[in-house]
Amino acid sequence: MEILVCARRVPDTAENEIALNSAGNDVEREELVYSINEADNYAVEEALQIVGRVGGKATVITAGGEDDEEILRREMAMGANEAALISDGAFEGSDGRGLAAILKAFVQKGSYDLILTGIQAEDGAAQVGGMLAAMLDYPFASLVTSIEVLDGRKLKISREIEGGNKEINEIDLPCVLSIQTGINEPRYVGMRGIRAVASVPIPTYGATELGLDAGSVGAAAAKAKRLDYFVPEAGKGAEMLEGSREENLEKLLELLAAKGGLK
Amino acid sequence: MEAASQFASWLQPGQALFLGVHILGVACFAYIVYRRLLPLVRAQSDPRYDEPLARAQKVLKFWLGQWKHPRYKTAGILHILFFSGFILLAARAFTVLFVGVWPGFALPGLAGETGRVYEAATDYAATIVFLCMIFAIVRRLAFKPARYAVPARFGKAHTADAVFLLALIAILMVADSVFEGTKAAALAQQGGSPGIETVLSLPWMFKTALASASATALARFYFAGYLLHEITFYFLLCYRPFGIQFHVETSLFNVYFAKLNKGTVKPVRWGVADDQLDQVKSFGVKTFEDFTWKHMLDFYSCADCGRCSDNCPANAAGRPLSPRFLSIKARDYAFQHYPMLGAARNGTPLIGTIYSEDEIWSCTTCGACEEECPLLVEYIDKIVDLRRGLVDDGNVPQSLQKPLKALESRGNPYGKLEKKRGEWASAKDFQATCRVATLDGKRTAETLYFVDSITSYDDRMQSIGRATARILGHLGENFGILGAAERDSGHEARRFGEETLFLALREHNTEAIQASGAKRIVTADPHAFNALRHDYTGLPPVEHISQVIARGIETGKIKFNPVENGKVYAYHDPCYLGRHNGVYDAPREVLDAIPGLKRVEMKRSRDRSFCCGGGGLMLFYEPKEEERIGVKRVRLAAEAGANAIVTACPFCMANLEDAIKVAGLDGKMSAIDLAELAEQQMACESGAATAAAPTEMQPEFVGRR
Amino acid sequence: MARIFAFIAHKDGVPDDSASELAAAARVIDPVASPVAIATGSGAELDAVCNSLRSSFAEVWKVANEALVYPNAELIRQALVKIIPAGSIVLVTHNHFGIDLGPGLSIKLNAAYVPDVLGIEQIEDNALRLVRQEFGGQVSAHVRCDISSGAVLTIRPGAFPAPEDARLNGTVIDKSAEAGALTARRRYLQTIVPEAGDVDITKHAVLVSVGRGIQEKENIAIAQELADALGAAVSCSRPVVDAKWLEKPRQVGSSGKTVKPKVYLACGISGAFQHLAGLKGNPFIVAINKNPKAPIFRVANVGIVDDILEFLPELTNKIREMRGVPAK
Repeated sequence: MEILVCARRVPDTAENEIALNSAGNDVEREELVYSINEADNYAVEEALQIVGRVGGKATVITAGGEDDEEILRREMAMGANEAALISDGAFEGSDGRGLAAILKAFVQKGSYDLILTGIQAEDGAAQVGGMLAAMLDYPFASLVTSIEVLDGRKLKISREIEGGNKEINEIDLPCVLSIQTGINEPRYVGMRGIRAVASVPIPTYGATELGLDAGSVGAAAAKAKRLDYFVPEAGKGAEMLEGSREENLEKLLELLAAKGGLK
Repeated sequence: MEAASQFASWLQPGQALFLGVHILGVACFAYIVYRRLLPLVRAQSDPRYDEPLARAQKVLKFWLGQWKHPRYKTAGILHILFFSGFILLAARAFTVLFVGVWPGFALPGLAGETGRVYEAATDYAATIVFLCMIFAIVRRLAFKPARYAVPARFGKAHTADAVFLLALIAILMVADSVFEGTKAAALAQQGGSPGIETVLSLPWMFKTALASASATALARFYFAGYLLHEITFYFLLCYRPFGIQFHVETSLFNVYFAKLNKGTVKPVRWGVADDQLDQVKSFGVKTFEDFTWKHMLDFYSCADCGRCSDNCPANAAGRPLSPRFLSIKARDYAFQHYPMLGAARNGTPLIGTIYSEDEIWSCTTCGACEEECPLLVEYIDKIVDLRRGLVDDGNVPQSLQKPLKALESRGNPYGKLEKKRGEWASAKDFQATCRVATLDGKRTAETLYFVDSITSYDDRMQSIGRATARILGHLGENFGILGAAERDSGHEARRFGEETLFLALREHNTEAIQASGAKRIVTADPHAFNALRHDYTGLPPVEHISQVIARGIETGKIKFNPVENGKVYAYHDPCYLGRHNGVYDAPREVLDAIPGLKRVEMKRSRDRSFCCGGGGLMLFYEPKEEERIGVKRVRLAAEAGANAIVTACPFCMANLEDAIKVAGLDGKMSAIDLAELAEQQMACESGAATAAAPTEMQPEFVGRR
Repeated sequence: MARIFAFIAHKDGVPDDSASELAAAARVIDPVASPVAIATGSGAELDAVCNSLRSSFAEVWKVANEALVYPNAELIRQALVKIIPAGSIVLVTHNHFGIDLGPGLSIKLNAAYVPDVLGIEQIEDNALRLVRQEFGGQVSAHVRCDISSGAVLTIRPGAFPAPEDARLNGTVIDKSAEAGALTARRRYLQTIVPEAGDVDITKHAVLVSVGRGIQEKENIAIAQELADALGAAVSCSRPVVDAKWLEKPRQVGSSGKTVKPKVYLACGISGAFQHLAGLKGNPFIVAINKNPKAPIFRVANVGIVDDILEFLPELTNKIREMRGVPAK
């Protein structure tokens, strides 16, 4: 099976505390640790496991610049067979739809049975996978937590819905799936593996190679534009207990008793 | 002599038979040993041919001197007895074997008076060996020492096999005694000088029993004794390589080729330099043949005594690891895959068949197993090699992936910023009392204080850093830290199988240390201590802070104010300070120099110290266990009558403080670091205590993280 | 201004709670507009749903089709594309269904797409200024959405409180024929409900809930001890289940359980909305977290900045003392 995984390099939010920069127009990025979006890493692992079971190839791509190449190398060290960087000044400022158009152009240069994305990245939008599917006219499913390859160009997948329930679907290939975290246990990528792929050439594709016209991508074509970042006024928020730990404990016990927390 | 030819004539009818048994026995043995050597020939190389003198000394001490055996008194004394017996009996057995085909054979030097004394001594030796065998059998069957038990997951009990072998040796002694006793009886009947009367020895008993036997009977007994002896001897010889008794043959070699340089871990591949490792296709041990020949010899040499597992903290906590069975399972694998007849089957993966992943990740590398083993079997290198194989395949538990990635990207397992590494020293109120220079290349100093990651970043452990800095300052040392230029020592990265990451960290640190101009390194972290001393090369000498303080006391530079809290302190030997590096006394000297400090020794101290649970990356690993290792340690402290534990390692501190809470001993037991305690009690020149105000220095009560 | 449509999900013949929230959001976009509710499904259940929606929407479009008996976003999208006029604004609730439907729908309608909208601030003829969050709720962002060719917006549950005065008398219009025949290359098979765990967190009035801040599986015991002292149960957020420290039935959140406790102690939980989406009924929320900027502090009633690994055991001890139970 030919599998394509669309990945993204994002700040590692588990470790980083995100704050606004002094200019107030972006988050402070100077000291952020970047890595592949967690959900995308799960998607790559899933692709590798499927290839391990039924044969084929896993390709990982990302749209960005030089800095973003490192995640492609990491995923190659993990076992991805091929990688590609999609980069062009014209792509800057693209919104989700623009990004999907870019990815669509790449998809149409190859012939992929299955396209995977992570469920969402740091912007919490969870949009690119669904948009890509609609542009390609492929069936789509989000929040996928398991994939089984069936005969006859079909997959049996489960989606995570409310209450911990799993929705089981059958979906035809080719299709696009967005992968939920926890679908598998990603393998470890050691420093040795990363060093081994450190000088493997990674092809770059620009607007011309992909046959994209500027009208469909970039800032000008974007219908949704982020204007700024801000931290909303505290507003109501919590009543913060500011005393010593001892004082806080006492006060908390009072409150718990009052609110029926202490039986 | 007439007697001699008479005895020769008694054996004469069997000469052909005896010769046949000799040839068959030796041929079988040779073939068996050849098959047993096969996997070793296919194994990885392991250069252990250096330092013959040092190796010979080890043989004298551990093999001949049975140095480690008395650590378990009963079994130890028993073994020393019958081992000495065997050594003594060796010449006699040799003689006896030859006598059947070479009448009148006698070893040079054992004729005449020496011969007679030797005869007498070996009479008693045979008796003692016999009694030891009986005692051992009874012990196995009736007293069943716990460490011999085989947990269900490892198969059936080994008792039957053990008893069988003990019985065979007993039979061998009986056969020998019948043989000698018959001879003595015959001589006595003929009035010849019988040699020294070895009253109450086994041969003597047979002699007495046969005192009035007819010549024919004696001849028969003589012949029978001889044949039984020969057959039993050769049966044992050929049977031993099929079980744990092979250690009789391999032990001398195993001790001779034992690892000389403890503390460090073997390279990924001997003979491949660190900068050529990308030529190595596969890292670590994945199949049996990836082990080195010495490791395979270890498997053959394991005597199944169970002392290693008895002292293993992971095993005690109910983790899947039992070092004894690492050896036994591998040995069984070797026997199965390299059979006596038929082709060898090799190349199957070990993980998932004889070993489980959890088993391999459970090890804290404390070294208790290696310290205990009388045959000097090595475990840590094997575990590290198996981990290297797992890492190479990407098979690392999720809980360890994060800190490993953080080590790679940020140089510390917590993922915190490099530039914050030295901030513990630049806190304003601390800087006011103790200036800590950062050796960033522009500044150099005599002494480098290598802080390492946990002390730099962990809120609780930073106080150990500050205490250490204050002590160095008090001693007037010209010292500094590397600050943001320091990376994790990589000690655990290496021992968890991430060799490439370790090499990168080592390279970075070595450069930074060399740029600091330091002539001497001090650290309060035993893992860093071990790494800098053994894993790194080309560095100035490294000391642990306990050694520095001890010297300060000796030279009078450090004096202590008395302790007035009435606590009873127990010192916990950190594995990487004590067992791996032999520093047991310095910390104790420091504690004993503090007036009014009551100190008790715990069970399991010094080289038998019970690991706290493991440091470095082990703090992130989530083991399957029944009880936390640290909890067991804390209970040992309580049992010893202590209500305060002193340790000299930040990882021990982390584990023990946690354990105190989990064990429900909060308020009844506290933990403090040696440097913290020393600094607290240190009197400065003016005579007043340098202890900081209580708000900062109550480390025993400060929670962790 | 374009027409505004609200897609309403339903279960067992009852519209989802968020239906009136979507109506409220529609009114923010265009106070005089009459948003149209769209409900798909089949049979009597669908009829019941459309009937209830008449009180909050002036027009209710019904799409009845055998194929839609289970809400399959792939099929529903097809239907919507056929009946929704170009340039319209479509509102959907942001949840597992909204994520599934929205992005593809925006492409097929050639409309803009902005997901997980928390606020609508400025309305012009051809653009909206919307508020979203990024980085797990740590920062907010203003987004300009060009609505000149329509827009699909998914709305954060709870962001637009439902108005009290919904007393319309709408009409139901059957659009089933226009929607026509529907086929999709994704077919629903079944739903698997997880086995009940040993503890049903939905039945507890007090929950001690742990997040990533608990750091290790062994530390869960600290939360359990507090829960024992309080007569409560331990629940958790998603990362704890992903790390396999607790089983799935303990998870509170949009992909876990919905709980309505009286008191909810959020310990080491950052406060991502997927987790909070599982908290209903206005509980008294106490948040304890090392990070003073954790988003949870915006929604909690009481907040304490402290290390849960130290704070919780002390809280447990105090409670035990209070009860005269000897401290362990």
